[in-house]
Amino acid sequence: MREGRGRSSEGRGGRTGDKKDDKKRTLFRRRKVCKFCADKIDDINYKDVKLLGPFVPERGKILPRRISGTCATHQRKLQTAIKRARQLALIPYVTE
Amino acid sequence: MSQNRQYELIYVVSSDATDQQIADLHTQVEEITGRYSGILDKTENWGRRKLAYEIGPHKEGTYVLEVITGSGELMKEIDRRLRVSDQVIRHLTVRVDEENRVIERARTLRKEDSQRRRVARGLPPERQPGEGPQRNDDDDDRFGADVEEGM
Repeated sequence: MREGRGRSSEGRGGRTGDKKDDKKRTLFRRRKVCKFCADKIDDINYKDVKLLGPFVPERGKILPRRISGTCATHQRKLQTAIKRARQLALIPYVTE
Repeated sequence: MSQNRQYELIYVVSSDATDQQIADLHTQVEEITGRYSGILDKTENWGRRKLAYEIGPHKEGTYVLEVITGSGELMKEIDRRLRVSDQVIRHLTVRVDEENRVIERARTLRKEDSQRRRVARGLPPERQPGEGPQRNDDDDDRFGADVEEGM
């Protein structure tokens, strides 16, 4: 499914008209997948800033699981990696 | 005393330091490693990088990575030395042997599994070039697109 969230016109049946269905459709979220499971990345390393980048948005906070869709195991590894990278000033703690 | 642990040591040297001083630090690490009968497996100089945040007066630093096999006492001594050194702004030691073993095992398991399944389907065990769906990284919309929502 290529559609972005919320603007899906054909996702899950693509029914139109009925109000009840409309409500259902807005509730539907594209299923999130763990990047590390999908791409079979075993090694989440603190030295790999390029890999960690997408999980540390502008502000510098770690992207929560509920948004990135990362699985628990990989989020945990990601967390250690990001924290280590921060110590070495590879990734910021906070950015104003 | 366990001698066969592998550690990764990264230290960030001040941008004021000369190449000679960086080389000196490396020799120091090498010398301590030798004294505690450890092995220096790998050295990598990442060169000068911009720091993600300012550390005191520093905005840039030279990153050096050393992979060392040895004992905890050895790393303790190196850690002490680096802490004393004026040129080193940050350093971090991480034990890696156990993690690497886990990663290696996951990789071989996955590879064997895929080979077995491919053979079962009557295919050669290795993936041939140009086989299967070609994925373009730009098509990957799983991330980034909907990050703003729900924040």
